[in-house]
Amino acid sequence: MPRYSFVLNKQPVTVEAPADMPLLWVLRDVLGVTGPKYGCGIGVCRACTSHMDGSEIQPCVVPVADCAGRRVTTIEGLADGDRLHPVQKAWLECDVAQCGFCQPGQIMAAVALLDRTPQPTDDDIDRIENVCRCGTYPRIREAIRKASADVASAPVARE
Amino acid sequence: MDPIRPLPRPADGEASGPSRTAPDPPRRRAVVKAVTAATLTLCVPTGVGTASRAAAAVATGPAGTQGPSRAIVTGTDAEKLVLEVTAANKVVVRLPRVEVGQGITTAVAMMIAEELDARLADVVVPLADARPELPGQYTGGSSSVRSLYDPARYLAATARARLVNAAARRWHLPARTLRTRDTTVVAPDGRTATFGSLTEAAARIRTPRRATPKPARLHRIIGHPATRIDAQDLVTGRAKYTGDLSVAGAKPTLVARPPTLLGSPVSVDDSAARAMPGVLAVVRTSHGVAVVAETFHHAFQARDALRITWAPGPLGALSDKHIRARLRDAVPSLGAPPRGSVQVTGEFEFAFVSHAPMEVLTAVADVRAGRAEIWFSSQTPVFAQEEIASAVGLPAAAVRVHVVRGGGSFGRRLTCEAAVEAARISKAARLPVKLMWSRSDDIRHGRMRPASHHRIRASLAGGKVVAFAHRVAEVGESSEGARATTRSLSAIAAGPAGAAATAAGDEGLYAFGALSVRSGGVGLPIPVGAWRAVSSGTMRTAEEIVVDEIARRLGEDPVAFRCATLTSRAAVRVLGKVAAAGHWGRPLPAGVAQGVAVHEEYGSCVACLAEIDASDPRHPRVRRVVMAADVGTVVNPRGLQAQLMGTAIDGISTVLSAGLHIDRGAVREESFTDFRYARQRHSPTHFEAHVMPSHRSPGGAGELGVPAAAGAVANAYARATGTRPRRFPVDF
Ligand code: FES
Ligand code: FES
Repeated sequence: MPRYSFVLNKQPVTVEAPADMPLLWVLRDVLGVTGPKYGCGIGVCRACTSHMDGSEIQPCVVPVADCAGRRVTTIEGLADGDRLHPVQKAWLECDVAQCGFCQPGQIMAAVALLDRTPQPTDDDIDRIENVCRCGTYPRIREAIRKASADVASAPVARE
Repeated sequence: MDPIRPLPRPADGEASGPSRTAPDPPRRRAVVKAVTAATLTLCVPTGVGTASRAAAAVATGPAGTQGPSRAIVTGTDAEKLVLEVTAANKVVVRLPRVEVGQGITTAVAMMIAEELDARLADVVVPLADARPELPGQYTGGSSSVRSLYDPARYLAATARARLVNAAARRWHLPARTLRTRDTTVVAPDGRTATFGSLTEAAARIRTPRRATPKPARLHRIIGHPATRIDAQDLVTGRAKYTGDLSVAGAKPTLVARPPTLLGSPVSVDDSAARAMPGVLAVVRTSHGVAVVAETFHHAFQARDALRITWAPGPLGALSDKHIRARLRDAVPSLGAPPRGSVQVTGEFEFAFVSHAPMEVLTAVADVRAGRAEIWFSSQTPVFAQEEIASAVGLPAAAVRVHVVRGGGSFGRRLTCEAAVEAARISKAARLPVKLMWSRSDDIRHGRMRPASHHRIRASLAGGKVVAFAHRVAEVGESSEGARATTRSLSAIAAGPAGAAATAAGDEGLYAFGALSVRSGGVGLPIPVGAWRAVSSGTMRTAEEIVVDEIARRLGEDPVAFRCATLTSRAAVRVLGKVAAAGHWGRPLPAGVAQGVAVHEEYGSCVACLAEIDASDPRHPRVRRVVMAADVGTVVNPRGLQAQLMGTAIDGISTVLSAGLHIDRGAVREESFTDFRYARQRHSPTHFEAHVMPSHRSPGGAGELGVPAAAGAVANAYARATGTRPRRFPVDF
């Protein structure tokens, strides 16, 4: 079986897996990284949303072969040790989660949005496709606005 | 969330309506018992209705009812909540409920922390395994807070009193001079002792037998907004759902299912699948073929390599149009209206709706000779234990059911078909398995809110409603559709919450004169199930639309008309609140309109104001939602607001876009592409939920908002588009 090496949550990993095996199952069933969730397997619900080289991906439709040499970040790799990412902090402050099952994907989608668009409009937020069956959308919107404001007002480290 | 109530009984007799509040569960004194243990461990019966009698039985029972378990009193039919203070200064309450997002673990932790004067962070609330001696172990009917509020507080108050007595003995001080805060006892001279350091001594203290909870005015946790106790785990990906467990070496498992509902395999060629790498077993199930593999990738590939010819299911060529016609024919007759009255009538149809919880049904099963162990998210674990036991031919006592946090439920985890299926596969394959229903399995073969047809007639005379009649027919699951493995849903739903959940009471929500509700049913082999708010989700929604149409006929404002005819002052207050906060009647551009609706149930009431932009009628967007609820005493206002928010999105989805079609015996939809539950772009950019202050005992809240939200969205849509919506979802 082919072997693929990539960086997962800042750690180098090598897996032996069929080339077409979706990253989602490599993460969950081979590497035991269960933050990204299965909700549809066809790139629609976005419960699995993670990052590759800093951009949003749906691991359920990304074959592991496409990850070779890339940098993959899941919800588990978002915080810096015990220091939560500002988006995670905003999620706590707004108490966004209900069942929580969609939330790893929601948070990763929000982080990707804010990386691209630090001051998102309502229309930008509306473009997030992630399903939340518990209906937390208003708090997701509030948390994204909050994270955006917090990052904008945080002192910027100067070199 | 607690979305379980009995299915409306087809062919129910006459009942009064519009639907009306269920009575409060009977108040009772909780009886706290000590349990033999090295740490302070107390238990108390919980539950609604019959549980109070059981509590009395415990109170008077002989001391010998304390069983061999160190953590719980056995030998009674009461349900127990067990509290333990550990030496590590944690307060552990093993909860006989399931957490599916509704926030019950947080609410219980708050009750306990309040009465113990513990830090909320020191209270841990794991979910209890199935305990067959506790038939009241049931999550549903928006009953959890109602059934736990008194027992949890008495339990913690008693624990606190014993910890104080232990400190008093240690310090040779009168107990009344001691204070408690932050999980410690504090002496007047400033000495402190953590609860953990006192637990062993407190375990030997038998007094007081029972302490009284604080008066509400002293509450500093109950009634104050708190963040979920599991929020940190939920935002870091640490929270574990069934599919995330690595227990028993369970192997990923999928089932190939028929194209039609309840179809079955006629011939199976599994040679290609068996030859594939990573495939461990292929076994037949009642309606499909299971594949056990090393990973879900291997399982999906092998499942797709099975060559199966399928026999169609018992629905044959039946499609929506036939079902709709049969429902229409099954609606009981309205009879003659009062003489001399003028009629406002409406006929409404609601499509089937998938529960589609975000976490698909998943179960880990390890069935061996003589014993079985199952992990899954269950609202009815004791019932599941019996079902699983009989499915694999074991005594119930040989089956351990571990209850796991669920990724949403909305009523879906009331039944246990995935767990039973997993157990059967594990037994046949002689392997521990982790069965997952794919999303397509979930939508095409899962349970659904039954389709229904409603005929409503309001009779007007002298400018008033003098009679209100509602006739309904909905699809019920006929016996050929009832899964061989599962007893009828009504048997399950007749759990302890069932009794308190009758939709119709003695008096109407509105003063509409003579009220009557009659229902009929169409039995079909379709797996239906209780969906958040159960029959109120359709019945009360339709009624609220008619209330708007009555107001229009009388030339009255929908809010003013409701305020004048609502029979409960609390309902008038919540409606007044949303009208004021939502600026009812503010000028809006063409194509934009507001709608309101009210609902009362579970000892609570709620109002919703929705503002919809239907200037593009094909893409209506609810922009603003304002809700207000009076649920009696609120434990966690923030949690209540979250529940209301969820019901608002349910209302938007079920009224505007989310439903299932039946085409020639099969469900047409198969994922979130075509089952169109709302996304961010369909949800309000402004949402607010107001919590009305109250000192009444807690009512139910998890399902409460659905009919109000759906009714408000439908009424806003009608006003914005100048139409009379009759079939839901409108875009289907
Ligand atoms: S599981 Fe990946 S998008 Fe749904
Ligand atoms: S929090 Fe439950 S699906 Fe989003």
